[in-house]
Amino acid sequence: MPHHAPPTMPGQPDPHRHDTLLYLDGVSVAFDGFQALNNLSMVVARTEMRAVIGPNGAGKTTMMDVITGKTRPDSGTLRFGETIDLTRHDEADIAGFGIGRKFQKPTVFESHTVEDNLALALKGRRGPFAALFHVTGDDERQRIDDLLSLIRLAHLRAAPAGGLSHGQKQWLEIGMLLAQDPQLLLIDEPAAGMTDAETAATAELLRDIARTHSVVVVEHDMAFVRALDVKVTVLHEGSVLAEGSLDHVSANRKVIDVYLGR
Amino acid sequence: MTRRFFTHGMTRGSWVFLALLAAAGVLVPALNLGLPAGHPLHMPTYAVTLSGKYLTYALLALALDLVWGYCGILSLGHAAFFALGGYAMGMYLMRQIGPRGVYGDPLLPDFMVFLDWQELPWYWLGFDAFPVALAMALVVPGLLAFVFGWFAFRARVGGVYLSIITQAMTYALLLAFFRNDMGFGGNNGLTDFKEILGFDLQSDATRAGLFAASALALGLAFVLCVAITSSRLGKVLVAVRDAESRTRFLGYRVEHYKLFVWTVSAMMAGLAGALYVPQVGIINPGEFAPANSIEAVIWVAIGGRGTLVGPVLGAGLVNFAKSWFTAALPELWLFALGALFIAVTLFLPKGLVGSLPRLWANATSARSKAPPDARTKAPAAAE
Repeated sequence: MPHHAPPTMPGQPDPHRHDTLLYLDGVSVAFDGFQALNNLSMVVARTEMRAVIGPNGAGKTTMMDVITGKTRPDSGTLRFGETIDLTRHDEADIAGFGIGRKFQKPTVFESHTVEDNLALALKGRRGPFAALFHVTGDDERQRIDDLLSLIRLAHLRAAPAGGLSHGQKQWLEIGMLLAQDPQLLLIDEPAAGMTDAETAATAELLRDIARTHSVVVVEHDMAFVRALDVKVTVLHEGSVLAEGSLDHVSANRKVIDVYLGR
Repeated sequence: MTRRFFTHGMTRGSWVFLALLAAAGVLVPALNLGLPAGHPLHMPTYAVTLSGKYLTYALLALALDLVWGYCGILSLGHAAFFALGGYAMGMYLMRQIGPRGVYGDPLLPDFMVFLDWQELPWYWLGFDAFPVALAMALVVPGLLAFVFGWFAFRARVGGVYLSIITQAMTYALLLAFFRNDMGFGGNNGLTDFKEILGFDLQSDATRAGLFAASALALGLAFVLCVAITSSRLGKVLVAVRDAESRTRFLGYRVEHYKLFVWTVSAMMAGLAGALYVPQVGIINPGEFAPANSIEAVIWVAIGGRGTLVGPVLGAGLVNFAKSWFTAALPELWLFALGALFIAVTLFLPKGLVGSLPRLWANATSARSKAPPDARTKAPAAAE
């Protein structure tokens, strides 16, 4: 039956490989005539970490919007796992499938405590009536304790999240993502506004997370991308300009022209 | 389990509030009925009725706070739900008049006889039974809120746009209820009530009973609000208020949460209206006036949104001031209300109750001359 397994051109993403978690093919989005994504294709494997770089307006955030259901693509294929067509679902569904997203500006629930922020993010039933009658169990408390020590906020468990430093909010938001127990984490500029020490610790945390999860990191900070030491995708004008190791793409003439400069 | 659900969120402040409310619910009727008219502690009947009216306003403020203070939905149309509940009760009270109306028709209210209607419209059937009317005072506002919210929240209408359409909703109802052929008494509304459950509405005992019933309703609604806001659902509501898209990307279907709390709130407002009408003796389309909804917003803002006790106090204080001003300096009342609103917005953005912890901390740190505690600078958690 040849039609069951269509032939794949070399270099083209193959959705039928079993280790493919996220598959984008020919995705295009336009806003009022501006082509935010232009025939974008990308594949992320299970437990792969990928860094996405590119100049402002290259489509990095739009790509995350499309994957998480905030924006519907005009055309193209978007698949999660082997069967889920992401274009048919909204944000809440997609979060339920196991895609977590961290915003560029750290977004936590400022008037809730650090602990409550994590508790709200914990994987579980999401309906209003389940929430109304929810009683926090020991397993949940244990999970929150684990997360608190992972993101180094155990001493601030009862503090309102609004009082955290910028870097701590970034970490709390990553902790909230992990609480969802996702298969894929989309992380937008995690190192923005962090000290060098915090940046290094964040890179270490992400590498740790990538051992059991797929992670897509959008980042401007080249030192941080280098510290991650993973495959890099360069976006430009809504499509992939280059892909490979950081050294490989840094040597690419087109990448130097549009992004790295000098 | 059920007991835990209703009590686990109760703080000491909540218990104090409930105790005070219960004391008032007993004392006010006792001081009115138990003491002779000349006694210095005797509470005149008009004061009982006025306080009862404030309690129903407080219940409306509590309902509004649940959606605005906890979920960030600024409704400028909550008086619509209040008025619908009032109309449901008014219809019952009209049917209770029976043949004692001016025209003496055993079935039809006076205004229908006047309009030369031959039979009771279908939607008036069943309102001669108190339980039906009371249920309708909850169901009709709840249903309207559910349908309205279903469309508005699914379409992700929020912020100022939602506020505007809630205002449009109450204005549309105002116009509709003004029409005689709607069958709700046109611009005169429903009035000349005689009895509720067989008790004379003019008697002191009935008025004291209505006051006690209002206090009971407010107390029960307060306990329900504490249970809701302290549950996981309440935390999701605050999460929606603070960072709606974050909540969505955590997998919560925000529109379902909004719809739930919006509908509960509308039903509470309807109950408030149903208790209001027998105490003031009339319901007319003026209750749908947009200004009424806006006044309720002011009560909540002044008392402190996102606190449950605050809106209750705000409703009481503002309406007490209103009663005093409109008797003593009627032309100045709106200026006073405007000035109060501006002053609170500028100096106490969290309202009276919301600002108390900060004021208290400032006062104590000033007295001890100690450097201000760093914790007082952190944003106070919405409670």
